[in-house]
Amino acid sequence: MENFIALVTKPDNVPIVAILFLIPYFIWLSYRQARQTDKTGVPSDAALNDKVYVWPYLCRNEFICAIIVMLVLGVWSIMIDAPLEEPSDPTKTPNPSKAPWYFLALQEMLVYFDPWIAGVVLPGLIIAGLIAIPYIDINPKGKGYYTIKERPFALAVFCFGFIILWIVLMVVGTFLRGPGWNFFAPWEKWDPHLVVPLTNVNLSYLFGIRDAPTANFFGFFVVAGYFAIGPIFYLWKRKSSHFLQELGLVRYIVVSFLFLTMLALPIKMVLRVVLNVKYIWVSPWFNI
Amino acid sequence: MNEERKGLKEKITNSDIWRSIFRHGYEQTGRRYTLQVLQNVWLHLHPPRISRHALNFRFTWCMGGITFLMFLVTAVTGVLLMFYYRPTAEYAFHDVQYLEFDIPFGMLLRNMHRWAAHGMVISVMLHMFRVFLTGSYKKPREFNWAVGVILLLVTFFLSFTGYLLPWDQLAFWAVTVGTNMARATPVLGHEGPFAPQDITQSNDVRFALLAGTIVGPSTLLRFYILHCVAVPLLASVLMALHFWRVRKDGGISGPL
Repeated sequence: MENFIALVTKPDNVPIVAILFLIPYFIWLSYRQARQTDKTGVPSDAALNDKVYVWPYLCRNEFICAIIVMLVLGVWSIMIDAPLEEPSDPTKTPNPSKAPWYFLALQEMLVYFDPWIAGVVLPGLIIAGLIAIPYIDINPKGKGYYTIKERPFALAVFCFGFIILWIVLMVVGTFLRGPGWNFFAPWEKWDPHLVVPLTNVNLSYLFGIRDAPTANFFGFFVVAGYFAIGPIFYLWKRKSSHFLQELGLVRYIVVSFLFLTMLALPIKMVLRVVLNVKYIWVSPWFNI
Repeated sequence: MNEERKGLKEKITNSDIWRSIFRHGYEQTGRRYTLQVLQNVWLHLHPPRISRHALNFRFTWCMGGITFLMFLVTAVTGVLLMFYYRPTAEYAFHDVQYLEFDIPFGMLLRNMHRWAAHGMVISVMLHMFRVFLTGSYKKPREFNWAVGVILLLVTFFLSFTGYLLPWDQLAFWAVTVGTNMARATPVLGHEGPFAPQDITQSNDVRFALLAGTIVGPSTLLRFYILHCVAVPLLASVLMALHFWRVRKDGGISGPL
């Protein structure tokens, strides 16, 4: 428990503790407005275009908001001192060695994937995927108001990515990881000598494949088969689905690739936790 | 009562003393309100008029504005901090100690800089969340969303480069852990897949970031310049673009 309390009260972790309250609050706030819209109907273009003068109305709001935020920041800065530890020493590695809180979702992904995926490819795809959002979401509805009914798929995918894969992983990385990046429940004491038996095996091994070339082919087929779900679904539904025809082939390829890549993370997490799977595909050049 | 007050107000504003100080009253017309914004260098990034829903705190959460405010706070406090800080391995840590213990309000200055930076990371993430939930990235605002994503990255990078500057254990190891991943960059990192033979730890992408094979004095200088000059400049340019496009695309959200 004392280790957990130390983490919660660490000055640098104030933002992530604040996030624990802010995220649920803003989800509740937006959910309430979305339900209101879905019940009473979408605001008309005329209502959305109803204009007011920036001066004094917006400037007044900005001024009030700035004063409140500066007050909060002022109190925060007077009450809590920024941390300063011992001088840097390359020969003394702290355990655990954690990145700043906003990178801990990425550090947490390192448990499940090799650094070239968790540290380079996935962050790159997150950025590319975020930039792609307006170009692949062709639904013209839900512009300028909160709604659930008009864009359930887009909301579900984004909220899953943002809340579960970013915020929750960040919280787990901050509060529940101890020495050796082992998992410690809040009430557990950190044991720096804790030995967790590494009984992880590759997926091919679970299927009884013992030699490397066959395992390589097996892994290739599993990964390729997983990403083939996209094209197969397209070929199956393209005739009957009005939505797929409107989306077009190029957009569909991007959407299905990004979607399957995003789901690959929770799938790998489940495989690791439940079946102790280390790698899905072991090749002479890289492991996935 | 109201009539009485009105009469009193007129009596005061019509008095010789009042009129000798104030030449005329504040004209409350649309023309006056428009000019107030257009003729003010600080306000002219605003359009003269905006949609009514863009005033609603419950709708906007005010997060974009807070992010900009946090940027301004870090810029002002950052400039003040630069007076007391030398980005060399011999001095950096002791300069921070000196700042904390001997400079009047030095600790407060450092706290404000650090907490505003953390606040900016929170508010920029919540801003993105709000923009998504209200569908404000949809046509014609696609490009501005892309600029926003780059600004999110720039915010992370600003915060990360600043993390090293106190040169204490926290800074050193957080940056060591953070930059170690660059070793594994495919093709460009010496431990990454498909790295060519001549990519070694002293010429790969991590070396370019650290200016060395481990976090050292040259890393400190490199991160200092990135943190204080290069990235803030980039952020300023992108922010100007971001705000300008909000205006040109017809406000923060809704149909054009």
